[in-house]
Amino acid sequence: MKTVKIIILMATFWLTIHVSMAASLTVFAAASLTDSLKQIAADYEKTSGDKIVFNFAASGTLARQIEAGAPADIFFAADETKADALEKKGLLVNGTRKSVLGNTLVIVTPAGAPAINSPAELTNAAVQHIALGELKTVPCGTYAKACLEKLQLWPAVEGKVVPCESVRTVLAAVESGNVDAGFVYKTDAAISNKVKVAYEVPAADAPKISYPLALVKDAPQPEAAGKFIAYLESDAAAVVFKKFGFLVLSSPSTK
Amino acid sequence: MSGAEWQLVGFSLRMALASLLLILPTGLALAWWLARTNWPGKALVETLVSLPLVLPPVVTGLLLLQLFGRRGPVGSWLHNTFNCDVVFTWRAVVIALAAMSLPLFVRAARTAFEEVDVKFEQLARTLGAGEWRVFFTITLPLAKRGVLAGTLLAFARALGEFGATIMVAGNIPGRTTTLPVAIYQAVENGEDAHAWTLASVSAVIAFAAVFVSERLQRQRK
Repeated sequence: MKTVKIIILMATFWLTIHVSMAASLTVFAAASLTDSLKQIAADYEKTSGDKIVFNFAASGTLARQIEAGAPADIFFAADETKADALEKKGLLVNGTRKSVLGNTLVIVTPAGAPAINSPAELTNAAVQHIALGELKTVPCGTYAKACLEKLQLWPAVEGKVVPCESVRTVLAAVESGNVDAGFVYKTDAAISNKVKVAYEVPAADAPKISYPLALVKDAPQPEAAGKFIAYLESDAAAVVFKKFGFLVLSSPSTK
Repeated sequence: MSGAEWQLVGFSLRMALASLLLILPTGLALAWWLARTNWPGKALVETLVSLPLVLPPVVTGLLLLQLFGRRGPVGSWLHNTFNCDVVFTWRAVVIALAAMSLPLFVRAARTAFEEVDVKFEQLARTLGAGEWRVFFTITLPLAKRGVLAGTLLAFARALGEFGATIMVAGNIPGRTTTLPVAIYQAVENGEDAHAWTLASVSAVIAFAAVFVSERLQRQRK
């Protein structure tokens, strides 16, 4: 009798978990979207009743996880090439991909550290370590490298580069003062008071920074995901994205 | 294996060997101290020494980062006095590996010392040998196998260290990237063949170290 009770109890427990999971949506999103998406999701959860679960990491890492079969509903990356790779493998639902946001690359230095006024100053001997997103998996690092190559500074600074797990790791490394400078997005620099923006990279010197959003092919919750994608393109979401400093590329009001 | 892969393996082996240079003197002293002396608070030191074995490696990494960071107590002193940075350099790799592998060495060496009959040591003392001489001519030679086994274990552990290393030394190709970190990065980049090559090398080295270490500990009995 006791065993039966335990089995019933375990079954109930399992069912509870299962049911509660059924109402939740998994969004794989670029680390730079962390704060803005959390706020948008909190608003959305209140009105829709759906629960949003995030996996924030470097876009390249997320793409690899989706390739490996991770249960993602939505892929929201910071680099079009990461979505290209998944699209080529047929892992995104055709016709759902859109470019929704833009961003600006900035050089940050630890608050209180000697100022840097131009990228060329990164070649100074006083600058020993420069944090960049890992060059292949972290879009911010890919963009930064392209920018430094364009300015013909790459060979001079390559040896100082400390590759980081994500754009937020770059930010943390600069905050700690363990590196002398780092490349992050304007939106990341804005959330920290331990770094200062030393230089804003003009759009002409950096590759086009564009955030693709798409429904994942094997999404466990395709319908709920479609609704959330629509919400991410709504005016309400655009307000939040703009507040954090993103460029909103396709909001209904601008169409 | 490509040239870059050989270089990576060479670097990892050198880092593990360098960490042994830190581990051996500290570890031998600690092991002897724990095996031969009794004092209040000994249990506390025992626990502290073994802590990195069970603590999440990233926690050990976090502590090291706080200590050796440019704004940490040790790091800022080194930076201001010698203009020497630890974090994100090979020095951080060596320190992380040493901190993570020290407990394994101390445990093995301590057991080995405890198995040495103190009568031999006392006999040497009655013949006029000083403490250092007793240690190097009696205790250490008799505990040789255990100490060697511990050294091998620590070396193997150092080669496999990931969590603490990535926290304090990061992942700078050619300068702080060790085998496990390179394997992780290869998987992240989708370079599976590269990851498997490096994984196989790690497996071979680890197998050899554990195999020899086990044999040494068996023969002792």
